[in-house]
Formats: sequence, structure tokens, C-alpha cells
Amino acid sequence: MNTLAKILALVLVICVKLATPLYFHIGETERKCFIEEIPDETQVIGNYKVQLYDPRTGGFMPSSPGIGMHVEVKDPEDKTILSRVYSSEGRFTFTSHTPGEHVICLYSNSTKWFSGTQLRVHLDIQVGEHAIDYANIAQKEKLSELQLRVRQLLDQVEQITKEQNYQRYREERFRQTSESTNQRVLWWSLSQTCVLLAMGAWQMKHLKSFFEAKKLV
Amino acid sequence: MRWSARVSGAAFGAALLLGLLAALTEAVELTFELPDNAKECFFQEITKNTTSTLEFQVVTGGHYDVDVILEAPNKEVLYRKVKTQFDSHTFTATMDGVYSACFSNEFSTFSHKLVYMDFSVGDEPALPGIGEHTTVITQMESSAQEIHKSLNSVADYQTHHRLREAQGRKRAEDLNSRVLTWSICETVAVVICAIGQVLVLRNFFTERRPFTQFN
Repeated sequence: MNTLAKILALVLVICVKLATPLYFHIGETERKCFIEEIPDETQVIGNYKVQLYDPRTGGFMPSSPGIGMHVEVKDPEDKTILSRVYSSEGRFTFTSHTPGEHVICLYSNSTKWFSGTQLRVHLDIQVGEHAIDYANIAQKEKLSELQLRVRQLLDQVEQITKEQNYQRYREERFRQTSESTNQRVLWWSLSQTCVLLAMGAWQMKHLKSFFEAKKLV
Repeated sequence: MRWSARVSGAAFGAALLLGLLAALTEAVELTFELPDNAKECFFQEITKNTTSTLEFQVVTGGHYDVDVILEAPNKEVLYRKVKTQFDSHTFTATMDGVYSACFSNEFSTFSHKLVYMDFSVGDEPALPGIGEHTTVITQMESSAQEIHKSLNSVADYQTHHRLREAQGRKRAEDLNSRVLTWSICETVAVVICAIGQVLVLRNFFTERRPFTQFN
């Protein structure tokens, strides 16, 4: 049993190194933003890892502890709710207090003015019930499998309810925007007609008095 | 003592195995902005025989279209779409390696797009503890699993609905601000034209050479 555990541990270590989440490349001075449209009181967890390009090998260094990553999160009202510099590998988490579009921006804390080397950023963003760690909950609250499954279902349903509520709020905003457009078009057409008539009348009056002064009429 | 060591060893092994399984399944959904004339690529390492799905939808921008290319590690094109608004593609990896999904907005000169992307690899990781008793699943547990799958699809439908609604709402907000800008500009243009006409006409009649006939 012990040798099996050791083999499994070895395989796990290898696989953790191989199984990397989604990654993309950015320049050292570049800023990359992602938008998350979420209801309120929703937790968002982001895991990331940054690797620096190694010109000697032509690949990316397995770990680059020197780089820091600046993570900035803005809420729908453009207020910054999280702005911190993390190390080259880590996780950031925040909970939304207003429903809407939250913007998560990542950029390295490089002080270069021009774009330096390329950075490889591994990123994984989990929202709502995907952000909950069930292994931890099962251990802490000593839940059986079925209880854990029911807990998962409850969390899912809660998230769906929040999303539905948010949907109602968005539909209200959409309706308000459409009604405002309707009002604006109505007012614009009326005022445009008035402005045209007024301009026409002013032109006639002005020219009449002008020609009378010039003794041409 | 020996028995407890065995049990803890087994538990450790089982936990590692589950951790291993968890490490092999990923699902990331991102909404990002694609500037005009830009190309964004996302890479994912996939093992052989894993079923993966790439799903995308253009939320705002221009004609709501984007070019998509999905490439295997040997640069073979697995999936290509030109100027598509939304689609979902499921494929099974035929080799180990890094697969890339690229979104291109190079055909557009001034409209930047907002694109939603979902690249999920493998199946959803099982709940901890469920994997240990794979021999007998009670009816309760299987019903719970069914409910879980249905709720997953409900959440999926909600995401799609949210994206469509966001598309409509942004268009409406755009229209609203455009109507305001346009009406102000037009009023200003009408006023300038009217005053300009009068000034030009006055100019005709104040020159030294008198016109013999009216225009």
C-alpha cells in the first residue's frame, strides 16, 4: 500500500506540472482585461501563473519568481474593488456587491517603457458555485456523499436563483433604455420641427428688414 | 497500528488519485475584448482521447462576427470558421500536446469585438467521496446525479440567455446615446445652416458691384 501511495504521489506531481490550465501570451508591458458579468454576492476565484520567456532555450522558464502580477478588479460603477500586486504564481478572490460587469485586468509590474519580452500567463477563473471547494467542506463538516451531493445541488440552485434575479434587473434596465430612446426620438422630432420653423421665420424676418433697409423692397 | 497505517495509506492513495483526476479536467470561460486588426490565441494542453469542447459567442461589436481557428499540436486545423457569430465544437484529442484556439478580428478596420469563449477539457470532476464507491450507486444518489446534470444544463442555458440579452441591451444603449448625439448635432447643423444662408445672402447684396437681378 505504501509503494502504491508513493507511485500515485509521483504520478500526481508529474501530472500537476503537466496539467496546466488555459494559457495565453502577453507582452511585458501589455495589459489584459477580462469581463465577468455576475449577479451580486457572488464569489470569483482566479488562479494564475506567470512564466517569463527564456531566450536561451527558446521556451518559457518553468518558474520566474522575479515577476509580480498586478491584478485590478473594477465593479460595474468603475470603482476599483481589488488592486494588488501578487507574486508570479497565486490566486486572487473577490465577492461582488453590485450586480453587473466586473472587469478583471492583469498586467505585470515591469518598469520597462517599451514592450519587453513575452510572458506566458496561465489563467483559470471560477465563478459562483464552481468556486466552492467541496473537498474542504466535506472534511470540515463531516458530510456523507449524499449530503455533499445535496449541498452541491443547493449551491447550484442558489446560483441559478441569483442569476434569474439578475436577469430580471437587466431586463428592467433594457426596458428603461428602450423607453428613454423612445422619449428622446419623440422629443427630438418635435423640437427639430420647431427649430426649423423658427429658423425659417427668423430668416424671413431678418431678410425682409435687411432688404427694406437697403431700399430694394 | 499496522492496520491503521494501511488504511491511512489507502486513504492517502485514494485522495491522490482523486486529486489526479481533478487536475486533468479543466473548464475555463472567459469574456475578452478583441481590438480591431488583432488576433488572440488561447492554448490548452490536452491528453490523448479526451473529449473537449470549444464554444464561443460574439457579444458586441460591428457585425458580431469573428474568425476562429482550432489547431492541433501538429498545426493541423481541426476547426475553422470565418465571420461566425456563435458556435460550439466538440472534438476528441487524437494526440497529446498543446491545442490552440485563435480568434481573429483582422478583417475589421475599426470595430473591436467582445467575445465570450468557453474551452472545456474532459468531464466535470466528480465530487470527493463519490468516486470511492463506484460499484453500487443507490437510487437516491443516481437521482441526485440526474438533478445535477439538469442543473448544469440550466446554468448553461442561462449563460447563453445572458449573452444574448447583453447583446440586445448593448445595442439598445448604443442606439440611445447615438440618438442623443445625432439630435444635438442636427440641431446645431440646422442653426448654423440658417445663419450661414442669411450671412451669405447679405454678403451678395453688400458688394460694390450690384447684382442686376435677384437669385
